[in-house]
Amino acid sequence: MTAQNRTLIAFIAFIVIALVAPFFLYPVYLMKILCFALFACAFNLLLGYGGLLSFGHAMFFGGASYFTGHIAKVWGWSPELAILAGTACAALLGLVAGFIAIRRAGIYFAMVTLALAQMFFFFALQAPFTGGEDGIQAIPRGHLFGFIDLYNDMALYYFVLAVFVFGFLFIYRVIHSPFGQVLKAIRENEPRAISLGYKTDNYKLITFVISATFAGLAGGTKAIVFQISSLTDVMWQMSGEVVLMTLVGGMGTIFGPIVGALVIVTMQNYLAAFGEWVLIIQGVVFVIVVLAFRKGIVGEFTAWLERREQRKRIAQEEAAAPRVATKPEHA
Amino acid sequence: MVSRKLLYGLSAIALMSATSAHAIDVKIGVLTDMSGLYADLSGQGSVWAAEQAVADFGAEEKGMNVEIVSADHQNRPDVGSTVVRQWFDEDDVDAVADVPTSSVALAVNELTRDRNKAFLVSGAATAALTGAQCSPNTVHWTYDTWSLANGTGRAIVETGGDTWFFLTADYAFGHALEADTTAVVEEFGGEVLGSVSHPFPGTDFSSFILQAQGSGAQIIGLANAGGDTVNAVNTAAEFGIVQAGQNLAALLMFITDVHAIGLQNSQGLIFTEAWYWDQNDANREFAAEFETVFGGNKPTMVQAGVYSSVIHYLKAVEQVGSAEDGAAVVAAMKEIPTEDKLFGEGMVREDGRKIHDMYLFEVKSPEESTGPWDYYTQRAVIPADGAFRPLEEGGCEFVASAN
Amino acid sequence: MFELLGIPPQALYAQLMLGLVNGAFYAVLSLGLAVIFGLLNVINFTHGAQYMMGAFAGYILLTYFGVPYWGALVLAPIIVGAVGIVIERTMLRHLYHLDHLYGLLLTFGLVLVIEGLFRQQYGVSGRPFPNPLPGGQNLGFMFLPNYRLWVIVASVVVCFATWYLIEQTRLGSYLRAAVERPDLVQAFGINVPVMVTLTYGFGVALAGFAGVLAAPIQVVSPMMGMNIIIVVFAVVVIGGMGSILGAIITGYFLGLVEGLTRVFYPEASSTVIFVIMAIVLLIRPQGLFGKAK
Repeated sequence: MTAQNRTLIAFIAFIVIALVAPFFLYPVYLMKILCFALFACAFNLLLGYGGLLSFGHAMFFGGASYFTGHIAKVWGWSPELAILAGTACAALLGLVAGFIAIRRAGIYFAMVTLALAQMFFFFALQAPFTGGEDGIQAIPRGHLFGFIDLYNDMALYYFVLAVFVFGFLFIYRVIHSPFGQVLKAIRENEPRAISLGYKTDNYKLITFVISATFAGLAGGTKAIVFQISSLTDVMWQMSGEVVLMTLVGGMGTIFGPIVGALVIVTMQNYLAAFGEWVLIIQGVVFVIVVLAFRKGIVGEFTAWLERREQRKRIAQEEAAAPRVATKPEHA
Repeated sequence: MVSRKLLYGLSAIALMSATSAHAIDVKIGVLTDMSGLYADLSGQGSVWAAEQAVADFGAEEKGMNVEIVSADHQNRPDVGSTVVRQWFDEDDVDAVADVPTSSVALAVNELTRDRNKAFLVSGAATAALTGAQCSPNTVHWTYDTWSLANGTGRAIVETGGDTWFFLTADYAFGHALEADTTAVVEEFGGEVLGSVSHPFPGTDFSSFILQAQGSGAQIIGLANAGGDTVNAVNTAAEFGIVQAGQNLAALLMFITDVHAIGLQNSQGLIFTEAWYWDQNDANREFAAEFETVFGGNKPTMVQAGVYSSVIHYLKAVEQVGSAEDGAAVVAAMKEIPTEDKLFGEGMVREDGRKIHDMYLFEVKSPEESTGPWDYYTQRAVIPADGAFRPLEEGGCEFVASAN
Repeated sequence: MFELLGIPPQALYAQLMLGLVNGAFYAVLSLGLAVIFGLLNVINFTHGAQYMMGAFAGYILLTYFGVPYWGALVLAPIIVGAVGIVIERTMLRHLYHLDHLYGLLLTFGLVLVIEGLFRQQYGVSGRPFPNPLPGGQNLGFMFLPNYRLWVIVASVVVCFATWYLIEQTRLGSYLRAAVERPDLVQAFGINVPVMVTLTYGFGVALAGFAGVLAAPIQVVSPMMGMNIIIVVFAVVVIGGMGSILGAIITGYFLGLVEGLTRVFYPEASSTVIFVIMAIVLLIRPQGLFGKAK
């Protein structure tokens, strides 16, 4: 079974489960997972495939959440337009941030994104339109395209699912494209890519902007689902959370971010009664994954599958043509 | 032929068993901060207080099944909102209690109105809950920013502190606190000499304290809360502000903050609270029980407010006969005068505002205090009818304006 | 007397003085980060939590063991440094052969664990810590608390000693050589892994020292590291990561800048350092004192 076939099967399985899930599980909880999964997928594009660790992605997620919330509530736009507008703002923000941050590489890049995100946090804190500590409350869910009532949780769920699938497929397409190939080359050996004539900074910037855009899409959608935008969405702890999701799920894998989002959101939901321990457990998970399971859940699973297949193949070869012990010929 | 007496007797029995078989199910969710800034002043203590209220109410004897659930909103409106949605949609929770952190409270306020449940606010401060955001499903217990500003501001001006300088946290809450207090100060003849906004959350207050010192104002008003207030007070002590003759007024302060600062630095601070554990025997008893569970800590006004609001809620549910219709229960809460061992007698106003006396406290000096948590001297009582924002001024839309 | 934009000169000097005090903390903390990054190429996200541990170590030593502040000033950094050494030996060292990002992620995860545990134990309100040097000097233009003066003195001494140790002594030269060519240095018989461990411990001890220094004037709370660490990262980026002198000078300098901002435009005082960082990155990406790559 080729990797591509595996991916296709996994995707189909995911779609089937996603279509049926709201009949068994609480739709709002599922929508939260989808929003964060999209956020993590966008982040994974930058980290897993671009090789750039951004510690400030909350800026795009939360920023779009604020813009969408404000546009939907105060300007009264319909939800899909508000989300689009919020996403566009995130893209713009990504362009500006990326332009400043790309100048440095590796860890410096991470530090810069963190600092820029902090600046945005303070802006969000003081700007009147964000509502500061209170956030933007009572964002209307509105009517999709003018007639689908999004106050119906089921209808909203399928809308969010559609948004997620769109984002997911777009990111998948970016990864498996000539652009994605160049990105891989840059990630693995940047000096060589430069010597081949590629303007690596441009590639990195474009990836950054795409990542920021889809993080924004996730944030804007989340604002509509929960009908609130708040400061927690732009805090650096949120940036850390998406890193955790991507890491736990599997950096550089297609489905890793989804699994990661599922695990972390579920943990937060069901451990909410334990208060402090949620954060401690998250930290411990982080540490363990970094030390021992760097490939993340999906990565380790895939590696295990491949090892199994290799063992099977060797066993098959052995059975077909057993090695006969021959005496070494004397020279 | 069946005798009429027998018939009456049988129907009486049938009726009685019908009513006793019809037990009222009530589920109350205590949504609080268990891991962040407000964990000490509400947190698990609030959950305990709710449970005490259920026990003291005698739910079982009255044929009511009351269940308490709880969750940590982590000071995040999205977490709080998700938890409450799930509580309402999936878990049949009828009422939400406590909720410190105004942003979360506002979100829950919307949800309870939407789903017609009940909201018993104790921890949150924003006066908008009984003003622009008022709801027929919400009752705002314990305190709010207006009552604090009014109590503290007015009391201080009336005792001679008539020039003020504000140290304000630069976000909506801080500015609101400053605005409310300024209005009160000026109304009672005081003067505001100036103010400085510090970033929220602030880290170093030395430069702002210095500016306050330079202003020469008699009173330095701290329009901030939590860690910022603690920091500001400590810094003021370091710079000898109080020794040099100025006074500090904390506009939002809890006993847990005083505990964190220590009496050495916080002595002489004046502020308003709704309840203190050492005010009377009933309070002291409650505090003693609390102490055994929570390792030597005493309860705060927020936790006491949870107790009081839950007991009153249960009385209302008993009267209405069911917890299903949140607005109906809240309407009953407004009808029935309140009475419990911690807050005494009071009432819930039309806009959802609980009315009771507020108190002006001054922090004791280390010499005056007999031990940990013996921190306050009661300076004045602010009578209930003047303690809260007048009904007409709130801007609550369903209040009959002819008042 | 002239007034600068409405601020009398005395007030200005006073604010600069206070800015210098804050700068002292930035300097010591960014020095620790620079030392760790310079040698281990690890971004020690845990630095803020270790600063907090230093303050708590001081509090615990005082409250439960009766150790006064001056003893804590020596003991707490050692304790925190020891914890750092344990972290390095058990966890960090397994990641050196990997991409630097894993070190960052590990230390980030540790922050969640450490701060969570302290919050669990001590709540969030913080604990009081008595001022060991109450009172102050009337400098004419301001009343400077004695303790703040001590902070400046202590930080300058520690920073200078560290700089001297690393840049001017034989031990320091081994350290600097090991950064460039650990294999060669090892071949010369110097135990590089031990040196690395001790360096991490030293950097962490610096954070702990800053924590004890902060205890009397900041609230000793589990949240205290969180707020300051991001600012210190910005300081290190501006100064040029890995440059010892750069970290020290930039720390004090930015403290002064922040102090000035507090006077003229207080609402921006939390963002001014980040704005400077963005500008420096656009003009001189390697930082003010960093080496151009």
